[in-house]
Amino acid sequence: MLYHDVLIVGGGLAGLRAAVGLCDKYNVGLISKVHPIRSHSIAAQGGINAALANNPDAKDDTPDKHTFDTVKGSDYLADQHAAEIMCYEAPKIVYEMEHWGCPFSRFPDGSIAQRPFGGAGYPRTCYSSDITGHVLLNTLFERSVARGVRIYPEFVVAALVVKDGQCHGVVAIDQIKGQLVPISARATLFATGGYGRTYYYSTNALTNTGSGIGIAYKAGVPLKDMEFVQFHPTSIIGTNILMTEGARGEGGYLVNKNGERFMERYAPKAMELAPRDIVSRSITTEIEEGRGFESELGRYVHLDIRHLGREKILERLPGIRNICLDFLGIDPILEPIPIMPAQHYSMGGIDTNEKSETEVKGFYAAGECACVSVHGANRLGGNSLLDTIVFGKLGAIAIDQYLQKTNGKPDSLEVDKAKKVVEEKVKKLERSTGEKSFRILDDLRKTMSTYVGIFRTKEELQEGLNKIIELEERARNVSITSSNLFMNYEVVGALELEYMLDICHIITLGALLREESRGAHWRRDFPQRNDTDWLKHTMAKIGDDGKPTIYYKDVVVTKYPPMERKY
Amino acid sequence: MTGDIYTFKILRYDSSTPEKKPEFQLYRIRVIPGLTVLTVLNRIRDEIDGTLAFRASCRSAVCGSCAMVINGKIDLACRTQVASFGTREIILEPLPNLEVIKDLVVDMTPFWNMYEKVRPYLVRKSPDPEKEIYQSEEDRKEIDQFVNCILCASCYGACPVLSRDPDYLGPAALVKLERFISDSRDERPMKELEAVNNDKGVWGCDTVLRCIDACPKEVRPTDSIVSLRKKLVKYKLFGKGKA
Repeated sequence: MLYHDVLIVGGGLAGLRAAVGLCDKYNVGLISKVHPIRSHSIAAQGGINAALANNPDAKDDTPDKHTFDTVKGSDYLADQHAAEIMCYEAPKIVYEMEHWGCPFSRFPDGSIAQRPFGGAGYPRTCYSSDITGHVLLNTLFERSVARGVRIYPEFVVAALVVKDGQCHGVVAIDQIKGQLVPISARATLFATGGYGRTYYYSTNALTNTGSGIGIAYKAGVPLKDMEFVQFHPTSIIGTNILMTEGARGEGGYLVNKNGERFMERYAPKAMELAPRDIVSRSITTEIEEGRGFESELGRYVHLDIRHLGREKILERLPGIRNICLDFLGIDPILEPIPIMPAQHYSMGGIDTNEKSETEVKGFYAAGECACVSVHGANRLGGNSLLDTIVFGKLGAIAIDQYLQKTNGKPDSLEVDKAKKVVEEKVKKLERSTGEKSFRILDDLRKTMSTYVGIFRTKEELQEGLNKIIELEERARNVSITSSNLFMNYEVVGALELEYMLDICHIITLGALLREESRGAHWRRDFPQRNDTDWLKHTMAKIGDDGKPTIYYKDVVVTKYPPMERKY
Repeated sequence: MTGDIYTFKILRYDSSTPEKKPEFQLYRIRVIPGLTVLTVLNRIRDEIDGTLAFRASCRSAVCGSCAMVINGKIDLACRTQVASFGTREIILEPLPNLEVIKDLVVDMTPFWNMYEKVRPYLVRKSPDPEKEIYQSEEDRKEIDQFVNCILCASCYGACPVLSRDPDYLGPAALVKLERFISDSRDERPMKELEAVNNDKGVWGCDTVLRCIDACPKEVRPTDSIVSLRKKLVKYKLFGKGKA
């Protein structure tokens, strides 16, 4: 059995930052289902928010203003003390990343360049052209190499071991050796990413199944605000690859088939730079009311950046131009980009506090898999990269404090027992008759995009939930070709399906129960925000019958009393 | 369903049963226009053969997982259109110069070992300032080309030197070294270049530009090698250069 003082699961920004924060003092291991550099953090384009006040138009920007924008953007569902902590940490971690070598774009005075982003009162998004996730992930991976963090690539977590409110480690599949590996640890931190791939239309990497969240839930850890799913306004049609909000930050227009900049109808002041939930609903409304374009790949509107000119596009948005050339065969210097909203970010996740702690002792979560909550009902662009690094760092500090005051050893017998359970589960999948997991997954993802999307109603959500329950039945009969674990992606897919079903069930149930509209959760049948009844977090915990129990938790309101959200 | 029937010939091999030689397996599949090689690979694994192994993640040409040989040319499967070859046969082989683990999955360990050898991180001696280390726009532009590297190992697979000398550092590691050495903030001593002043380092390169051809991100690794050579010559002749 492997042992580490601290086990990090996930090699994206949150996981690497936590590992770097602990590896000088503790025996740290980091497992990741892909090589860390392949993690989905790499795909973030636009930037990371911090009130550095570098932009000449933002000289009076402050962390307090950043906090206010974050809280307002969240439609007041964020816990305000946590949002404040994140925004005060922001300048520190941006400088830290810069000191570690992150190649940010620069202003003429040599300071870190900052661009405007949606829902922000000031241009405070630090960036590196349109590859900000790429440069940040490379920088943190480089730091992990410099510090000698022990990394286990292509280890897929299969179970979290919790007994009597205490975490003892995980069971993982070593894909290259083809073995189940029990790993015991005094502290375990999940940084396993979001659940984007539970949707048919998603900007997310194929690996973003949300399985880490499902695994924690199965082990009895509560989940929070799962019904809050962000739809990004601008993904290219067909593949749903992201077109950064930076394209609008740099001045891009959204245009319907009549040539109108339609955001004037929905957010006359902020226009294209209204928060994502508002822009996505506006695009969907335009399309539903017949003002979009039609194509074989779906209905869409235009993102037009031609007026920015060749030079600015090549300097600030070269990555998105390449994506357009590779995946659409069009050059955005010459033609508008056909875009549609698509699932992009998971506001919900494993219930954590501002120290990345969960209800379970010795178990932590950070990044997109966690819900602190700092994003509430709608995350602002540029705040997710920030969240990953801040709560990776704060999680490391909390783990250090925890390890200093406890000296308990993980129960390796429990971890071994869990290994046997996974072993049995895998063996059972190798049945001669049964259904392939991808068919069920395909139906699940279509169900989520159809019934639990940008606009929701009671009838559709109920229909969606019924279908998910049918799919759960079908999933009992999943079969795989071989239970040999050596480079077996089919078995991983089959195991992850169970967690994806759990997640979808909880998203849909939470959405059905929440009879109001807030941020990304929009109910056509309840189009108003209702603070009297619903200014609270949705909590989901697995019940004794294996079904989710829903309860609610108060939102922390400190300085910013909820008010109407106008842009 | 519209679209044409394509034949995908995929080189299969399983290092856990080394007695079985690599062989091509044929998959016939209907492909609608606009599909990428990666989309079809996913469909083959889902619908036809659950045992097929290949790596993939972002499916948007940024994570560097899916470099392979496609009809004789190294590229990322996710950004390659099936229809771009004008033939109904697509031949897929694993990246050269690395041992095959299974099918299209290669062992990247030697690639990462070389990467780690060049101290692939910003080296500083000065204490960190309270705010950012200032860098002019021009200095930032110096490294732009090399910062774009996604470490997909396409160049490593294409390099003729590596095919005869596995101890050669290879294009990606040298790109990384150049990325840091030419970063105005980096303070590593110039004498560190001595480590690559040999035929396992910058003088090993044949400058036949195969890496430039294979790179999906226009990083042009040869440029970094040429630049490192110039720096070395300058350092050897005049004992200076940026410290």
